[in-house]
Amino acid sequence: MRIALFLTCFNDTMFPGTGRAVVEVLERLGHTVDFPQEQTCCGQLHFNTGYRPDAVPLVARFARTFADYDAVVTPSASCAGMVKENHPLLAADYAPAGLQREVAELMPRVHEFTEFLTDVLGVTEVGARFPHTVAYHPTCHSLRGLRLGERPYQLLRAVKDLELVEVPAADSCCGFGGTFAVKNADTSAAMLADKADTVRAAGAEVLCAADNSCLLHIGGGLSRQGSPVRTMHLAEILAATEGVAR
Amino acid sequence: MTAPNDRGVVWLGSPAFPEAAREALKDGQLRANLRRATATIRDKRLSVSAELDDWEQLRDAAAAIKQHTARHLDRYLVQLEESVTAAGGTVHWAADAAEANRIVTELVRATGGSDDETREVVKVKSMATQEIGLNEHLAEHGITAYETDLAELIVQLGDDRPSHILVPAIHKNRTEIRDLFAAEMGRHGIAAPEGLTDEPRALAEAARRHLRHKFLSAKVAVSGANFACADTGTVLVVESEGNGRMCLTLPETLITVMGIEKVIPSFADLEVFLQLLPRSSTGERMNPYTSAWSGTTEGDGPSAFHLVLLDNGRTDTLADPVGRQALGCIRCSACLNVCPVFERTGGHAYGSVYPGPIGAVLTPQLVGVDSDTKGAAASLPFASTLCGACYDACPVKINIPEVLTHLRAKVVEAEGGRTVEALAMKAAGKVLDSPRLLTAAQKAAALGGKVLARDGRIGRLPGPLHGWTDSRDTPAPPTESFRSWWRKNREGGTS
Ligand code: SF4
Repeated sequence: MRIALFLTCFNDTMFPGTGRAVVEVLERLGHTVDFPQEQTCCGQLHFNTGYRPDAVPLVARFARTFADYDAVVTPSASCAGMVKENHPLLAADYAPAGLQREVAELMPRVHEFTEFLTDVLGVTEVGARFPHTVAYHPTCHSLRGLRLGERPYQLLRAVKDLELVEVPAADSCCGFGGTFAVKNADTSAAMLADKADTVRAAGAEVLCAADNSCLLHIGGGLSRQGSPVRTMHLAEILAATEGVAR
Repeated sequence: MTAPNDRGVVWLGSPAFPEAAREALKDGQLRANLRRATATIRDKRLSVSAELDDWEQLRDAAAAIKQHTARHLDRYLVQLEESVTAAGGTVHWAADAAEANRIVTELVRATGGSDDETREVVKVKSMATQEIGLNEHLAEHGITAYETDLAELIVQLGDDRPSHILVPAIHKNRTEIRDLFAAEMGRHGIAAPEGLTDEPRALAEAARRHLRHKFLSAKVAVSGANFACADTGTVLVVESEGNGRMCLTLPETLITVMGIEKVIPSFADLEVFLQLLPRSSTGERMNPYTSAWSGTTEGDGPSAFHLVLLDNGRTDTLADPVGRQALGCIRCSACLNVCPVFERTGGHAYGSVYPGPIGAVLTPQLVGVDSDTKGAAASLPFASTLCGACYDACPVKINIPEVLTHLRAKVVEAEGGRTVEALAMKAAGKVLDSPRLLTAAQKAAALGGKVLARDGRIGRLPGPLHGWTDSRDTPAPPTESFRSWWRKNREGGTS
């Protein structure tokens, strides 16, 4: 299987460690991963802010870059959702029939990272050890967009020596919402404050999620409050082998 | 006057959502009230909807009926007119708020009772009449409209604005209501009893005594409608208190103002909606009062029935294939109760009689995003994180996030690319469509981060990003992006 990593522009720039973690996990499971350098961005920023025509070249780039792979794996639930839901829509509204077809053909091969592990590779045990108390934040795009459901929990429960704790009202939005956090900064901050309170109440050392964007927001709030809770992408926990002889 | 003002949906002078929200967020009491109220109703809704194993099928059916009706709205409205007329009612068509207000005022005057009698009407809780500002219009013509729904009465006595579709006074607590009743009731009729407490029972009793003689003396009632069946001409009002039932049965003349999208093809369709509505709105299996009437009946209820069919921007909305789904709304308010933004800001910040997620998609469509009220209406599609809780809760499956992003694109289009944001987006688009430029930008970000960061974290910044940095630390961008790490360590090794 020819697997490509679609890291997303945001992770590529801000969280290269997440990319290395995805590669690490997949290689540990015996797969080869490629990172085509032509990849950039899924266009979510433009699409969600109302700049649809500006997102179209990115749709074309995505389809071109990943056309030859059997699977495109991305550690971002919101970018996976953007690609799967809105690339076909943008192609239908703005692109010629050829690109529409390429987009349609590629879509079934695009996978969010946890869904790829559990549904495509059929694994939940990835050989990780992470002796810490961890809470999982189901981001809105993981929960209500991609409906990842139990998948992330299954993966986390299979990690050796990891203690999983619940965040109260976990399903409520953290208040990030991309440009919402800037356009409606006050409301976003109010939602963040409530989320940070519940995260602290959970008593975890680490908060993880399937999306670094929400984690940047929640982690930034926790850090500002002086909270010791760390945020980590789920993939980095699955890549961890603390104390495992290799 | 411009069309949006004729439509009257947005309160004049409303600031854009971010500013209105900033003010609302300062009110800690409001947030506590809202959190408690919305959490309770959310839990009730979840448990009663889980009781029905065909809940999802009911939602699909409701969505299908609404879509079908919207596609053939012209036909069903004509059929409704015929059925209502055949049953002894009179149908009026109103293109906008101004016309609907004029029709209702003339009808009230034409009832021809003594002066006192034609100067008062009793009202059943209704979104459509709020949308058109009917009470204010009647007042200008010397007619007083008395709201009889308890929460609407609270809003009216306080000269306040409703902040929720179903619980218009959700922003007020019991003590505030007690003080209001004690101070205001006497000025509008029977006063509140001496020593009124803030016990719900005592408050309800005071309202009952205050309203009773109004029900008995008013010759005209004005209502909205939850549904109207095209095949039988049956109009329905669904409510909890029974005050609506009094208004719908006691006065001689009943005037119903109804948005044209409330028509459903047949009486049999009610089976779907009457299961979904009470469960979604109040979290009850069945609502206490469902009043249904078809025209007039000799010796039973009002002897004259007028149905005013209100367009007020709805046909424009219908022309938009994505946006039109908002017209399927049955005003249950489930989307408000699950919305994390509404829970923090309350309803007033939306500057419209339609608050919350449904308001964010309905208001801009009814008034237009390129209108005079642009500042307020055009800001609404952005008043959401797109978290999707509303879509999951909606009993008619309105894909609110889809409509929100669709309307954002319309707002941006109406701005014509002349904003600073549009230029920034163009520039970002250029960078993001080029791995070479992206690499350069990543290097610049790493450098910039080094300058700004202390201990690897960027704190408060002045300028356009202060909204972000005021409440969050940001990690400094790493010195090496993934793509550059990959090029150095892996390139050529795997592909
Ligand atoms: S949009 Fe849906 S959930 Fe919201 S009030 Fe209307 S019917 Fe209810």
